[in-house]
Formats: sequence, structure tokens, C-alpha cells
Amino acid sequence: MTLNTSRRGFLKGAAATAAVLYVGARPDGAIAAANADGARMMNPFVKISSDGTVTAIVKHFEKGQGPATGLTTLVAEELGVPIEDVDYEFAPSDAGTYNNLLFGPFQGTGGSTAMANSYMQYRQAGAAARDMLLQAAANTWNVDSAELSLEDGIIKGAGQEAPLAEFVAKAAEIAPAEEPRLKEPSEFKLIGNAAIRRKDTPPKTNGTAIYAMDLHLDNQMVVVIARSPRMGGLVSGFDASDAEGIKGFIRAAELPNKAGVAVFAEDTWAALQARDALAVDWDFSAAEGRSSDEIRDQLVAAVNAEPEYNLTGNDQAEIAASIDGAATVLDETFYFPLLAHAPMEPLTCTIEATADGGVLLHDGCQMPTGPHMALSQILQLPMEKVQINTMFAGGSFGRRATPTADYQVEAALAFAVTDRTRPVKLVWSREDDITGGYYRPAFAHRVRVGLDEAGNIIGWDHRIAGQSIMKGTPFESVLVHDGVDHSSIEGVPDSPYNIPGQFVGLTDVAKATTVLWWRSVGHTHTAYAMESMIDMAAKAAGRDPVAYRLDLLKGGGKDQARIAGVLQLAAEKGGWGKAAAGRAQGIAVHKSFDSYVAEVVEISGNAEEGVQIEKVTCVVDCGIAVNPDVVKAQMEGGIGYGLGHAMRDEITLTEGVVDQFNFPDYEPLRISDIGAIEVHIIPSTEPPTGVGEPGTPPSAPALANAIAAVGKRVTALPMINSGVEFA
Amino acid sequence: MAMTLKLNGEARAVDAEPGTPLLWVIRDELKLTGTKFGCGVASCGACTVHLDGEPVRSCQTYVEDVEGAEITTIEGLNTDTSAAVQQAWAELDVVQCGYCQSGQIMSAVGLLNENAKPTVEEIDDYMHGNACRCATYQRIRAAIQRASDIMEA
Repeated sequence: MTLNTSRRGFLKGAAATAAVLYVGARPDGAIAAANADGARMMNPFVKISSDGTVTAIVKHFEKGQGPATGLTTLVAEELGVPIEDVDYEFAPSDAGTYNNLLFGPFQGTGGSTAMANSYMQYRQAGAAARDMLLQAAANTWNVDSAELSLEDGIIKGAGQEAPLAEFVAKAAEIAPAEEPRLKEPSEFKLIGNAAIRRKDTPPKTNGTAIYAMDLHLDNQMVVVIARSPRMGGLVSGFDASDAEGIKGFIRAAELPNKAGVAVFAEDTWAALQARDALAVDWDFSAAEGRSSDEIRDQLVAAVNAEPEYNLTGNDQAEIAASIDGAATVLDETFYFPLLAHAPMEPLTCTIEATADGGVLLHDGCQMPTGPHMALSQILQLPMEKVQINTMFAGGSFGRRATPTADYQVEAALAFAVTDRTRPVKLVWSREDDITGGYYRPAFAHRVRVGLDEAGNIIGWDHRIAGQSIMKGTPFESVLVHDGVDHSSIEGVPDSPYNIPGQFVGLTDVAKATTVLWWRSVGHTHTAYAMESMIDMAAKAAGRDPVAYRLDLLKGGGKDQARIAGVLQLAAEKGGWGKAAAGRAQGIAVHKSFDSYVAEVVEISGNAEEGVQIEKVTCVVDCGIAVNPDVVKAQMEGGIGYGLGHAMRDEITLTEGVVDQFNFPDYEPLRISDIGAIEVHIIPSTEPPTGVGEPGTPPSAPALANAIAAVGKRVTALPMINSGVEFA
Repeated sequence: MAMTLKLNGEARAVDAEPGTPLLWVIRDELKLTGTKFGCGVASCGACTVHLDGEPVRSCQTYVEDVEGAEITTIEGLNTDTSAAVQQAWAELDVVQCGYCQSGQIMSAVGLLNENAKPTVEEIDDYMHGNACRCATYQRIRAAIQRASDIMEA
């Protein structure tokens, strides 16, 4: 190699390194493209480097539900590049560009929206990039771009052929089409392909995936927080003298909001030990003092009284009277306890100072906009001085997205009481997590159903009482209407069943703890109440539960057709009515997050001798299944999450103190709890809808209906509190 | 207290107080973060490592008790069994959030070392202490069976 060519090579390389093509959307939604300099003005979804490296910029965090794979699939499909050759990285926090189309100007992941709100965006970005590369090649070869195609990363046609890398620089100078041509479903090679493997599997099977809990920054301190044992207690004083001798202990300091004492140490174990050695005096004057028994009594009283809100706008007294006069009256009160999310990775995040005087938050961050604003306010920094590095999250189930940005606020408060020179890593223990609030709120339902002589429903009086998740949060203005928090009642007044004479009432009861959405939110309890009552109605009518439901879905609309479709296929695939000797079956179906899921649970045993869940058959209609195997995995996981909690989990309070501490008393689902899960996906050309949550709602009522089939109707959860033994 | 641990085939000098769980020495001092903190009370299995080839919960194993023992973490797996398990995990895309999977894999390797052809009941028994909040259990079960087949082939 001569000096000359080497120098030429260097210059060419330098120029090439600078050439990057970004394609994404402007804040107003229009497709935009830019080189590296212009990318800050837009919202890139695809980055193509001059060496041909394609990167999907994933704006939804990865907690296992699959966006790193799904959004990458969309880009690779339209661009015409093998998915194995497409990298992914998580987007920075910038609500102006990476907003969730379904949330408004807010960047976040939740409500099973990742695919629904990204499906067109990422495809359009991939398609626009493809067209720009083809045009750049056409200009170079002096041919018509219509003669060219891009497949497997190679541009071909008109007698020419070259890798896309050669045209990246030129493509960055071409304006993207306003509406690039998207592939027809018949052309899809990747979307809907069950053979596509998860992009995040390799690092998650060899220990190299770095979660926020795994971060070790130079010179970092670990902080754990001593929090009030009763919700809402405030620090009135503390004594850290017993912690002084613990190697690695640095210091303890009251948080500025008096919510706890921050214990700083050189490492995690020292911090945990020092916290144990700390003596804190608490002011409980504003703290919660109720017990969960009182909360339960309040909720049950509320569903037996005049509801605060009438959701159906009809005359409750008239409906109640018609039910009183019915041939058969079913009357059940349901209770659903507080539940913790308990994601496998306890909550954690790290804040470090940056060279420009700002801070960088490292976090498995579910809703970047919230912590972004919170850090800006607490640390008194302009928004542009706060950056967020989104890392893998070890599960969430809703917990990492609090409207108050609770754990990021804690980290910011702890960082604020330091001199800000050392990075501060906040670590929660499992005990912190189980006792730390933000629970699925407790709910009670009372449902009275009147049936005529033939077993047909003539009246349905449904009263719900619980603790509103959305009231008092920034989401109130969007999700609470005329006082009604829709997340408290979703799945009841909007049930796809034809229910004549349905009254739905809601009463909000004051919160005893902080509460939060929990995988499938209101559907966690509404599906249970609805599908239990429908099952009881079918039984009272002496009719098959599947046939009875199908009769209630004969309205002719698409919604009813889709829910009937999953129900029928679940019955077929689950061998409905053909259980082996010693087995019993239960079925439930529910629509949530615009997806339709039916599940058949088959058990052996019974409530007294022990129930074993032998098999769950699930059918989902979620529109186009972008990654069918990820959809199946989400159904499997959603079923397990629903069943495990329904079987044996609850959070209880005694005079405001949480009674559970760790997994031994908040027992997770274990491998032996479910024999097998089989998932079937309805082929569809409808746009993709939710998959992270919809598997959960039907699972518990399907189990309840199976247990009822062998003699015990469970209306209060967890089931172990209602006399059900599990094998 | 200065001591030397045999970790993943190498001698590693560490400085830890007696009573320190091996988990925190591995994670915070040696900065091998594939071994996870999940509960701290040996109830979830996310912290599983091998001690002389046997799976143990490193959160309830004290550092002073393991001097001289061969400690293996997920980063140090290098046997035919572990390769089969990791291959099976990838083929079946077992992982979701992935946080518990190092521990699941360490336990699965321990099982197959003991029993190359476990039944479903044996798998369920052995893996009972490894919690997965994403409930990837049936893929774990299938992947262990698949790994067993890979080893047999």
C-alpha cells in the first residue's frame, strides 16, 4: 500500500464516516430525512451509516414485550434489508419528537400501544429510506428508479448491482416522498413471519445484557432510601451512629421532601446494611392508618349503596325492579385486593452530572417525559440539560411508569443532597418494591342479573367501587370524564355482549395507598366479574357457556364478530366439552386494548383436594401479528401473570403498614403451576393492536369458571383466601 | 478482608467483609453483572451461580465460605451442556425481559449435568425455585428438553 492510496483511503473513509442518512418524522408527523447535522430537527426512526449499517431507533422501551424486535422488523421489511443486519438502539428522551401518538405530546410505553402507534411510522420511514436509496442509485447509474429494487441490502436493476452502502451519502441529499409506497401484505417477508427471532435474545442468554441495575459508573455512590413504614409518614429525625462502622458507608441525609432518609455507600451491600443500622423517627400525623380490612369494608359498602356516578344514564331503580321480578336472580359481590407488580429487576436508576452542567439519567425508562420534567424541576435545570439513557428494563407490568416518576424523583432528591460530583445509583430492594405502594387498586363489584324463564338476561345491575388510578395525575384531563375514571370501569359498560337493561354505577373510594395501572389495568377486575357472571347466567339457564356467549354476540358488528371468532376457535382448539375424565374446563373471553382474547383453562382436582392447572388454550385476534412468536410469548406471559396473582397474591395493610415483604409472602407463579399453554393467532389484515396486556384479563375468570365447574364459585381473590387449594 | 476466589477459572483477589453475600462481591466488586439481584432471600433464583458445579443462590452464600471453591457465573459457562442450553434458549426465544434468565440457565445447566434426560416433572421440581415474573416457564421447560436432545445428538 502506498502513501498516496492510503491517504486517499483515509480521506474517503473520513468523508464516508460523516455520511449518515436519517429518516423519520417531523414533529408534525410528516416524513423527514436528514444527514447527521439535521437529525436534531426531527425524529429519526432509521439511521443508515455509509458503511451500510442500518439501525432502527426504538422509541419504546424494552421490558421484554418485544419492541426492539418488532420495530426493527418494520424497518427491515420496508427497507429491504435482512433483519439480522439491522441493529437497534433506544431513542433519547424528547417528547416533541418521540411522542406516543396515542398519548399526546408525551413519550412513553404503555396501554399495549407500542406496535399500534408505531406500525405505520416505522414502515413509512423504512419505505422512504428505500426510495431515497433507489433514487440515489438511479441518479448515479443514470437510469429510472422504477427499474431498480432493494432486496437483502442490494440495489439491483437496469443491468447494475451494488450494496446500498454506496448510495447513503447521495440519498441523504434527496427529499423523501410524502407518502412512500408501502408493501402490500402479500409482499411481506418479515412481518407475520414466525421464524423471526428476538433481537435481544443473545445478550439475554449469556449475561451481557446491561440493565440499569447493572450499571457501574466510575466513582459512583449507591443510595438506598429508608422510607416510612406507613404510607405518607415523614422523617422527624434520624441517628446514623450505628452505621458509622460499616465499611463502605458514606453518609445518611434526610431527603428534602422528608419522605425518607438517603443512605449513601460505596457499594450496594454496604448501603443495605447501613440502612438496617439506621434509626429513624417518623411523624405519622399525616400517614395512612387504615387496614386493608377497612378498605374492603368500605368498598363493599359502596357497591351496596347509591353509586356516585351513573355510567349508563338509565334509571337504576327501574332496572333493579325488573331484576327483582325476574324468574331467576343472580347476585354476587366480588372483591379484588391490592396487588404489587414485582418486576424481576427491582427499581433502580442512576443520575450523573454531565460536562455541560446538566445531568444524565440512566434508567429502564418507561415514560421518559415524566422523569425528564421531574429531574428538570428538582435539580433546577433547563429541559435540554437533562438527558435520559434508556436501558433494558427487567420487567415492569406498569410499575416503571408512574405519573409521579416516583423512583426517579427519589434519585433526583438524593442526588440533590450531594455535591453532585459523584454519580448516584438508586437501588430498591425487593422489600422496598413489595412494600413501596403504587399497587393495583382494590376494587369491589356487586352484580345483580335477572334472567327470564328461558334464561335470557333481562336486567344487569352492576356497581363498581374502587380507588381511581388516574385522578390526581397528569392523565386526569385525558382519561377522566365527568368525574368518571374510565380505567375503573373499562370492559363493563362497553362490553361487546348484548346486555338488555344494563346499569353500571361507579363509586370512588379514597386511596389508602398510592395506586397504579397493573398489566391490563381495569380489565384485571372487570373481566373477572363479567365473565364469572356470564358463566353463572349460562349455568342458571342450563345452557352451554360457549353457546350462551355466542348468543349474546349476535349483533352483526365487526367487534362482535371478532370476539365471537376467538371464542369459537378457543372452544375448538381447547377441546371444549371434551375434557378427559378427572378434568374440568372453564372459558372466558374479553376485549382489551383493541385485541380479542379467549382462553380455555383445563384443570384437574378440585377446590378442596387441590387444583392443578393442566392446560391453557388461548386464541388472540390482535390484527396483523407483526412477530407471531412474540405475540405468543406475550399471551403465555400475560396468562401466567393473571393466573399467578389470582391464585395466591395480595397486598394487605395493618394500620397502614404493608404486611408482605418479599417473594416468600408474595409468592410468584412457579414453573409447576401451569402444565401447558397453547396459543393460536387469528389471521388478520386489520392494523396491529395490543398484545402485552390482553392475555391477562380472561385468564383468572377462565380458571374461576373451571373451578366452579367442579363445585366452587370464587368471587373474592386471591383464590387461596376463598377456600381453594392448589396442588 | 483480603481473599482470593476461584472464579470462572481465574484467581481473583477480592476485599470483602465476612458475611458479605457472594452476589455482591461478584456484582459490585468484580463487576460481573450477569448474575442478578432479585430478592436477596434465595426465593427467586436470579442470583444462581455454580459452586464446584452445583447451582447455589449467591445472595445467601457468604464470601468467606467459598474460598477455594470453583465458582462459575453465567459469563464463565463453557461446557457442552451450557452450550446446548444457550443454543436451546436462543432457538426457542425463551427470554422476555431476560432479567431472571441467567439464573434460569445456571439452574438448567445444573439439572442437565445431573440428569441428561429429565422428565417434565423432574424439570418442574428442579426449576421450582427460579422465578420468572414474565412467566416464560413453558419455554424454559421446552428449552431444557431441547437442550437434552442437542446433547444427545
